[in-house]
Amino acid sequence: MTLDGVLAGVLDGLLAALVLAAAGWTLAAPAAFPATIGFVGFGLLLTLAWVRLGAPDVALTEAAIGTGATGVILLLAVVRLRGGEEEVSAATPGRALVLAAGLLAGAVGLALALAVLALPDPAPGLAAEAAARTAPLGLGNPVAAVLMVFRGLDTLLESVVLVFTVLAVWSMAPDRHWGGRPGPEFPRQDDGPLALLARLLPPVGLVIGIYIAWVGTDAPGGKFQGGTILAAMWVVAWAAGLVQAPSVADRRVRLMLVAGPLVFVLVGLAGFGIADGFLAYPPALAKPLILVIEAAMTLSVAAALALLIAGPPEHPPERVT
Amino acid sequence: MSAVLAFLGLLAVAAGAGFFVAGTAGVIRFPDTPSRLHALTKADNLGLGLVVLGLLPFVPGWFFALKLLLVWALVLLSGATAAQLIAERVRGPEPPA
Repeated sequence: MTLDGVLAGVLDGLLAALVLAAAGWTLAAPAAFPATIGFVGFGLLLTLAWVRLGAPDVALTEAAIGTGATGVILLLAVVRLRGGEEEVSAATPGRALVLAAGLLAGAVGLALALAVLALPDPAPGLAAEAAARTAPLGLGNPVAAVLMVFRGLDTLLESVVLVFTVLAVWSMAPDRHWGGRPGPEFPRQDDGPLALLARLLPPVGLVIGIYIAWVGTDAPGGKFQGGTILAAMWVVAWAAGLVQAPSVADRRVRLMLVAGPLVFVLVGLAGFGIADGFLAYPPALAKPLILVIEAAMTLSVAAALALLIAGPPEHPPERVT
Repeated sequence: MSAVLAFLGLLAVAAGAGFFVAGTAGVIRFPDTPSRLHALTKADNLGLGLVVLGLLPFVPGWFFALKLLLVWALVLLSGATAAQLIAERVRGPEPPA
């Protein structure tokens, strides 16, 4: 074995050990807050693992959604749960159930690991075929081709799920808060570090978010990663009190939320007329059509993640005077 | 790419890694939050800066270099802000002048 191979093996082994250690630490953490911090650390290490496996698209998604957005949602949940000790302990499963769930998860993980180790080398799969059929569509990133063309239906359903998660969060609101603004309201900060960040970062972040969504058809990136960055820019301005969350009854917000799945379905239906069926694209138009869907989806992903972070409406709607 | 540039680049990356090790030791061993923040931001600012600087001779084009420098600038901005926010929280609001 070459020196490079040995070094890479040591690096990968260390990384795998760190991922497991971070996962163990997260589970063993004494309280919700340190557990959340452990989870974020775990996600960042997992991101590095995906990079080492040569899957930068997955790494970007893990960093953006799995770690960033989920981390913020969990942190806000931890804050919301403070003061509700009784409800929390009543809803916490007992030791036996936790143990059973842990054993089940461990057994599934072990079985998956054994299955992956038992694969012949090279593993059977459609990777070569997918890569060969990417270029004729005018796309440079085989991952985009799989997500939007070969398995477009999966991505379409995923985009619909995103709308349902927002509905699930909104349905947590009591009736009297319906129509109000989602989430806590932050006092407006006119000076201080957060106010500065909320003014400096969004112009740069919006460009980067759109760039990452745009470049997804040819390089690692795409609607989910780009949309997460757009949502983060709104969250920064929101936390600094510079913008208010729109009311859940606001039609523009709802339109933004469903724009992606709607455009996706419409382009899919158009496939009956201009190509071979649902979600089929004529090769000459494949890239422009995919970019139209991706643009609408980026908007919807950004709206959905921002609304998931904000949470259900926490105040009654303001009266229109 | 000349050998001298490559050597200087690797030297800068090694120095950057050194800052990260020192910063991590500081976060673990320093007694209170402000000094831990000091260690943390030194690793982020100087360590990452040196790593980015050291990688510049190896990039395939100027756009790539620009993106690397942008990553550093964004980490500088967000790291500095986060450190200020945590410090403010630990110390309490500033007394009125």
